[in-house]
Amino acid sequence: MRYVHTVGIHIDEVRRIATLARLRLEAAEEERLCAELGAILEAFERLQRLDTAGVAPTAHVEEFGAPLRADEVTNLPADEALLAGAPARDGRRFRVPKIIE
Amino acid sequence: MSVPPYQWSLREAAARIRRREISAVELTRTALARIQAVEPAIGAFLTCCEADALAAAESIDRRMAAGEDPGSLGGVPVAVKDNICTAGVRTTAASRMLESFVPAFDATVTAKLRHAGAVIVGKTNCDEFAMGSSTENSALGQTRNPWDSSRVPGGSSGGSGAAVAAREVYAALGTDTGGSIRLPAAFCGVVGLKPTYGRVSRFGVIAYASSLDQVGPLTRDVTDAAMVLEAIAGHDPADSTASPRPVPAYQDGLDAGVRGMRLGLPREYFVQGMHPEVDRAVRAAVGELERLGASIEEVSLPHTDYAIATYYLIATAEASSNLARYDGVRYGLRVPSANLGEMYERSRAAGFGTEVKRRIMLGTYALSAGYYDAYYLKAQQVRTLIRRDFAQAFERCDALLTPVAPTPAFRLGERIDDPLTMYLSDILTISVNLAGLPALAVPCGMDSDGLPIGLQVIGRPFDEATLLRIGYAHELASDWHRRSPLP
Repeated sequence: MRYVHTVGIHIDEVRRIATLARLRLEAAEEERLCAELGAILEAFERLQRLDTAGVAPTAHVEEFGAPLRADEVTNLPADEALLAGAPARDGRRFRVPKIIE
Repeated sequence: MSVPPYQWSLREAAARIRRREISAVELTRTALARIQAVEPAIGAFLTCCEADALAAAESIDRRMAAGEDPGSLGGVPVAVKDNICTAGVRTTAASRMLESFVPAFDATVTAKLRHAGAVIVGKTNCDEFAMGSSTENSALGQTRNPWDSSRVPGGSSGGSGAAVAAREVYAALGTDTGGSIRLPAAFCGVVGLKPTYGRVSRFGVIAYASSLDQVGPLTRDVTDAAMVLEAIAGHDPADSTASPRPVPAYQDGLDAGVRGMRLGLPREYFVQGMHPEVDRAVRAAVGELERLGASIEEVSLPHTDYAIATYYLIATAEASSNLARYDGVRYGLRVPSANLGEMYERSRAAGFGTEVKRRIMLGTYALSAGYYDAYYLKAQQVRTLIRRDFAQAFERCDALLTPVAPTPAFRLGERIDDPLTMYLSDILTISVNLAGLPALAVPCGMDSDGLPIGLQVIGRPFDEATLLRIGYAHELASDWHRRSPLP
């Protein structure tokens, strides 16, 4: 990585974000992401210099609202097809590690 | 000597099937043979479904024998990007996470292709979860540019661009979140259309950034793009963002010409740093449209400089949320673990590649407490300013003309270790997604190394018809779309 960064993001912050994102990172990955995210955020600093006071945010551009459809079942039962892709199953159920002791 | 069938356009192939000059099965066999011949050098496909394709072709031939209509794309071999679900056919998004995922259902666009009679021959390579500009982020294969095997095909729909350019299929579907249809179209010398946000359903398309993603065609010429768009567009009860507006007959009026049209050149899109041969080719295309009767004027999109930062904050924020579903529970990769939390973390660590992790991390950061206002909300506000720029330009202009990318196809490996430089590949395409507009990429020249150059035509919302008309007028006046990288 050839970036030299000044905005910076601390390695502890990288670890906190990785926990939020449910990603287990190797130590080398943490360091690399620390440098890369710092450089990317620094390049994006220009946004902060733009005055956006009073500008409404755009979350999406569609202009026709959210059309509703009739509350009717239209899909066929496909439990076997869906369960066929399960990493682990137990009959008609997905098998997961125990979550309650 | 007659032209081999794989060199026909989609329109010609469909017409010949309709006239019974060739059967759907025969045409599908020629496509499968072509794929077998060129794939070792190109690598456009992750999955080829020969048996399914031949069965679909047989059913088209039976329908025709029974006197039924084969459909607008009847019997024509096409490909689908591998982030679009195909029932019973592996759909990976080019990720280890979904390497053996077989969908139980078709995406709406897949079902619409089948309904129009198209024969799906395979699934094309792309950047993992459509995150990239070169297809080098695929975890499952490398795709090479058919014009120069040392170069990238563009991304993220690189397999779709390469498959169409190498004449393996007559059309391919791609997805475009920040340029992922237009960039590979330009780099591979084919036509690519990113429809208006809401024009095409995304149901069954593996989500990357839901406020930006659109599905569209990559084809050999503008007429073929019009045919595929007409087949896949329209409202979908399964996707509330798919507009209820009626779908025009895009082929009608293609040849109406550009006389009297007002076309704008955004000055921020013709800046230093652009490859001089790209500049020259795009200006030549603009001159040709002016000669055909369009009036050309310079316009300004003053917030263009902020588009990369805006896009990469919004897209990664949405991606971090969309990709939270990959937890190893119901489908996809699972790394067996003693407890659930560890299973999530280890499955995601093993299933996602470098760029996907980078974007999930950036997006999670931008959404996290303490940074939300400074990054995510700020980016959404700047998105409003970028939209206003376009709205103002379209008060004066019917469409805007720009290059698709500042350079022709770059070399494999050239940008892969430098994410910011890679992100800059999208500098001329991403604003279109932020504003939800349609844009068409058409081949408009070659550089001195023989690499294709693309012209981008940006339009008003739901005005794909005007873009296709402009693209068609340009095509009639040039022969760039007829050039084929391989014999």
